[in-house]
Amino acid sequence: MALTGLTGSRVRERRLAAGIAQADLARAVGISASYLNLIEHNRRRIGDAVLAKLAAALGIDAVVLAEGAVGGAAQDMRAAAMIGVGTEAEVDKLDEFLGRFPGWAELLAEQYRRIGHLERMVAALNDRISHDPHLSLALHEVLSAVSSVRSTAAILAETEDIEPEWRALFHGNLHVDSERLAVGAEALVAYLDGSDQAEDTGAAAPQEELEVWLAAHDWHFDALEAGGGGPEALAGEVAGIASAAARSLARDWVRQAAEDAKALPLAAFEAALAKDPKGDPLQLARAFGCDALRVFRRLAFRKGATMGLVICDGAGALTLRRPIEGFALPRHGAACPLWPLYSALSRPSQPVAAVVEMPGLTRQHFQTRAFCDVSYPQGFAGPEVRHAAMLIAHYPVVGIGEAFVPVGSSCRICARGACVARREPSIIAEVL
Amino acid sequence: MGSAEGREQYMGQHVLLIEDEPNIAEAIRFILSRDGWRVSTYGSGLEAVAQVQSLRPDVLILDVMLPGQSGHDILAQLRGMPDFTDLPVLMLTAKGQGRDREMAERAGANMFMAKPFSNAEIVAAVRLLGADQIGQDGTQGT
Repeated sequence: MALTGLTGSRVRERRLAAGIAQADLARAVGISASYLNLIEHNRRRIGDAVLAKLAAALGIDAVVLAEGAVGGAAQDMRAAAMIGVGTEAEVDKLDEFLGRFPGWAELLAEQYRRIGHLERMVAALNDRISHDPHLSLALHEVLSAVSSVRSTAAILAETEDIEPEWRALFHGNLHVDSERLAVGAEALVAYLDGSDQAEDTGAAAPQEELEVWLAAHDWHFDALEAGGGGPEALAGEVAGIASAAARSLARDWVRQAAEDAKALPLAAFEAALAKDPKGDPLQLARAFGCDALRVFRRLAFRKGATMGLVICDGAGALTLRRPIEGFALPRHGAACPLWPLYSALSRPSQPVAAVVEMPGLTRQHFQTRAFCDVSYPQGFAGPEVRHAAMLIAHYPVVGIGEAFVPVGSSCRICARGACVARREPSIIAEVL
Repeated sequence: MGSAEGREQYMGQHVLLIEDEPNIAEAIRFILSRDGWRVSTYGSGLEAVAQVQSLRPDVLILDVMLPGQSGHDILAQLRGMPDFTDLPVLMLTAKGQGRDREMAERAGANMFMAKPFSNAEIVAAVRLLGADQIGQDGTQGT
């Protein structure tokens, strides 16, 4: 377990909060008081065994004691505390809360996430009503027909001395418009019915639905490897996804994963990785004669893969997010502008490698490798299409003097108050 | 023109209606004709400005959703021409939301009416716009 100096401070804080004397705690875990004192002042690393005993004696989860409240639940609870209106949550006691009431804490975090879901759904429905061209077209059609019917009917009802030929003309118009009205109303009803079904999953973002599905399958399918049943074997799986939009995304993902598996057969790919454990994606791409992004995906999507992967389009929108523990990915909206992913996006075909640091109580480091691929699906006549990808791997030990890039998840939940690339204020208090 | 000599006040005043829904156009033409207006209709956004230039109506009724060019664009062009800076314009739209009204006002419409309107509303609106025009002509002419 990678421990940082801050763990010792946490031990001291918790011990003092619990009102236990240093000597008593030391005796309880079987170490000398002076050694515990060194630990508490971050002068000694704590072994896993001692950590476990300290955690037990202090009545706190060992992971929380070691790393502080940095997990997904903690982050969500910090965010929830910031949006609280008229309430003051004790953010400084978050560690303690998580340790003592993990169930309540998870419930709170889950509700915060659920609120986020619902807010996005409301926004999506709002967008839909104000911007959906099909809906405004259907409404326009109905309103036009109603308008004509109303005017014409009023003429027929109110003009006593109307000439027979005019009356005949207006009767004809009325008939045509009433037919049009019936068709328009049906289209509108069909549309509203359809939108009802599309929104029944509760998850507003299809991409999120896809990622939940992929995570449940550990981001790979044996069926897509050589000798497996191929994409057809997964048709039933895909059909089980709730929304049509997410099913479509899943079909695209499966098709691409199958192509990747074919271009980079698992046995040969793993043999190549065994020879070069660092697995340089560009060299692998050269060896297998395929494009770099294929290798990126293969490195992240195969059995036992542990790397995180993010892919974005030319607008920088994340189209795929395979998370890795400790590297918080934004659930929606734009990510941190300092990610090497975006350096790569602006410099196509140039590899970008950097060690980055995520903010938090423990500063976790990651080795990132990013690359941007440019394609012209319509040749000279069409637009340039960019896709950038970034592989994220744990980087446990940063050497003295070794450079790293301080990054975050996204500005809204990033604790780097003084960041020069910040685009909006954070909802999280600075903890660095 | 348009001087009232004790008979029908709007007799002979000219309304141009630019509306692509033929049945709505027919109904409006009927009710305004009955009210004493001379009514021309035109059914597209294309060449609409040229129609206004050649017909020189006293009042313009302009639909927003037109094929070829929107009512807002047409009005913006007209307002840029010295001859039509003061032309009374009634805009029609099928959406009737606050945003449409705002857009119509920005484009320089004198009045705004959301479909479905009542015949009496249209007649009243056009009378009001026509009366303004008579007042302006009167002060200039005498």
